[in-house]
Amino acid sequence: MRNEAKLLLSLGSFFGLMVAVYWFWSHENAGSVMMFCGMLLCFLPGSYYYFWSRRMKPRAEDDPNATQASGAGIVGTFPGTSIWPFTLGMGAFFVVLALVFGIWLLIPGLGLAFWAIIGGTAEGRRGGPH
Amino acid sequence: MTDVLDPPSVAERHEHHEEHGPTGILKWLTSTDHKVIGMSYTVTSIVMLVIGGAFAELIRAQLTTPNNNLVSLAQYNELFTMHGSVMIYLFMGPFAFGALANVIVPIQIGAPDMAFPRLNALSYWLYLTGAITMLSGFFVAGGAANFGWVAYAPLSNSVNTPGAGADLWIGGLLLTGFSAIFTGVNITATIFYLRAPGMTMFRMPIFTWNMLITAILILLAFPVLTAGLIMLYCDRHFGTHIFSVAGGGVPVLWQNIFWFWGHPEVYILALPVFGMVTEIIAVFSRKPVFGYKGMIFATITIGALSLGVWAHHMFTTGTVLLPFFSIMSLLIAVPTGIKMFNWIGTMWRGEVWFSTAMLMALGFLFTFLIGGLTGIYLASPPLDFFTHDTYFVVAHFHSVVMALMMGGMGALYYWGPKMTGYLLNEKIGKAQFWLLFIGTQVFTFPMYLLGLKGMPRRIGIYPNHPAWQNLNDWATVGAIMIGLSSVCFLVNIMYSWKKYPAGDNPWDGHTLEWFTTSPPPHHNFYRLPQIRSERPTWDYNHPGHSAAAHGHAGEVLIEKEPVS
Ligand code: HEM
Ligand SMILES: [Cu+2]
Repeated sequence: MRNEAKLLLSLGSFFGLMVAVYWFWSHENAGSVMMFCGMLLCFLPGSYYYFWSRRMKPRAEDDPNATQASGAGIVGTFPGTSIWPFTLGMGAFFVVLALVFGIWLLIPGLGLAFWAIIGGTAEGRRGGPH
Repeated sequence: MTDVLDPPSVAERHEHHEEHGPTGILKWLTSTDHKVIGMSYTVTSIVMLVIGGAFAELIRAQLTTPNNNLVSLAQYNELFTMHGSVMIYLFMGPFAFGALANVIVPIQIGAPDMAFPRLNALSYWLYLTGAITMLSGFFVAGGAANFGWVAYAPLSNSVNTPGAGADLWIGGLLLTGFSAIFTGVNITATIFYLRAPGMTMFRMPIFTWNMLITAILILLAFPVLTAGLIMLYCDRHFGTHIFSVAGGGVPVLWQNIFWFWGHPEVYILALPVFGMVTEIIAVFSRKPVFGYKGMIFATITIGALSLGVWAHHMFTTGTVLLPFFSIMSLLIAVPTGIKMFNWIGTMWRGEVWFSTAMLMALGFLFTFLIGGLTGIYLASPPLDFFTHDTYFVVAHFHSVVMALMMGGMGALYYWGPKMTGYLLNEKIGKAQFWLLFIGTQVFTFPMYLLGLKGMPRRIGIYPNHPAWQNLNDWATVGAIMIGLSSVCFLVNIMYSWKKYPAGDNPWDGHTLEWFTTSPPPHHNFYRLPQIRSERPTWDYNHPGHSAAAHGHAGEVLIEKEPVS
């Protein structure tokens, strides 16, 4: 976890340095705001990882001498198949088409999207599709 | 050191099901397996390459003779806009971070799948529907978007570009933008959380490293584009005046937002290909990557700098801080130079095997060098003022993108056998390479000269200017050769269909994907080797040399220093 944190924190620090130079040199707002937010976007997860990296034991994937056996156990659940991403994608498709062809397309769009969100959540609760 | 676990213990690492899932269209619709999704991405993005390529050939056909009227000026505007849009948004991006990365990254780090398989499937559906949305502009009244692939304000407002085509372009880009963001989340989470035991950050293959930085760049850049598109849509339809002077807005703000995404996007396209090329060069030179950590450092530096250079696309607007953006852009040449040096170092004294994949990688090196060097010219404001909006710029970025295409093609020859289980024909592959490589140079060199002789870009008709004529002929010849090379590729797929079984490890590969079967089983591995360097598969297959990592070929380290 430590290297992951270091990567994000150093990227964030670099952006911080860059935006400081840029702002005092140019006084340009848009670019400074965007770079500043880029810095935050690195610091936020970076400091979260850093916080945890100090509190947890190195994971097997952080240990250069780990054996494959040390990773035994369930990594996570990986659903095999699911129709809900497709349903949600179609919902998003209709929502975007509503921006172009008329507001009524929001009905199928949001309908499909909600159906997919409910269906996908229920599927996740059951521990994945079978 | 090289003990291998027997199948059950690895299989136990995750719940096992779905060896007998649905097939055919149902599989395509419902699969959340990263390999199936990656394959869908690959096929879809190659279809987009063919469509974008057809537009390119039409553009070149129109430009072959002066005062030509093969297409109307209005159609020409649609053609170059949709050529650029299809190529960047729908081909190269999804190909780079959706297609190969999706298949290869989880396998290279020994993971059973992506971290969020259903989100991964959603990414694909948003990409596909986004592509359909953008392209459907051709079928509505007024035609497809025609404001260039960059949609500059005020050209893109509802007065100058009314009609559904422009809105479909915005909508399509919203969908593909979210698709990219989700892929970025997925790749980052996968690399941070699903590595196999012993796969420390500094043992990850360079391709995986590059995909990590790419994913982080996606997360930094794409939300900005999405926000900009929403503002643009509001300007067009809800009467806001964010980008119009009339209502107190600032048109050049659009350019700032667009290029704040647009320049990182260049590296979102390029870093994956850098990674592919690194893997190919190391494997086909039968040497470890030279300067492994230097490569990673260079990738991180390129990613970091790419956030601070966007306004080099806006030098001539007169509103940007020229020295800052010029210096930052020139600085990117340093890590890129390190990479060039390391690629050559990897080949140095290697037993180079000139397979199609390797030739493509070498073609990439040469062509990217030209694109990079001319990029250094353009990063210098005095030179950019002279060449901005001429064919010099078109030639520069085509050197770059054609190099990326070569690297991508090389990766298909290199990893295609892993994805499908079958090799492609090498003879046809080499014909494809030479057509693509020579065609690219024949296509770009005249365009550089045309630019220096003042031919502007984005013009459908040009006057009979004696200095331009021959050069335009040559550019078209080059474009035809590139088109033929793509035909070779499609012919090769049909010709080699299930003909040459690849086996698990046809190239004596270095990284974990060559340890599993071709194609890999559901959840990727039956067994994993012990991971003690960045070349676990090679270590396993060559027990005597296993610690000769980090660029010191031949030098056997007894105990590796812990890297974590
Ligand atoms: C067969 C290969 C290709 C040919 C013959 C070709 C040809 C051209 C030509 C002639 C233009 C200039 C049009 C004009 O300014 O009037 C152009 C523009 C462009 N091309 Fe290509 N191209 C090819 C491949 C690619 C690839 C692979 C990419 C990206 C991955 C790409 C991206 C672009 C972009 C972004 C533009 C700018 C469009 C604009 O001005 O809005 N091209 N292409
Ligand atoms: Cu740029």
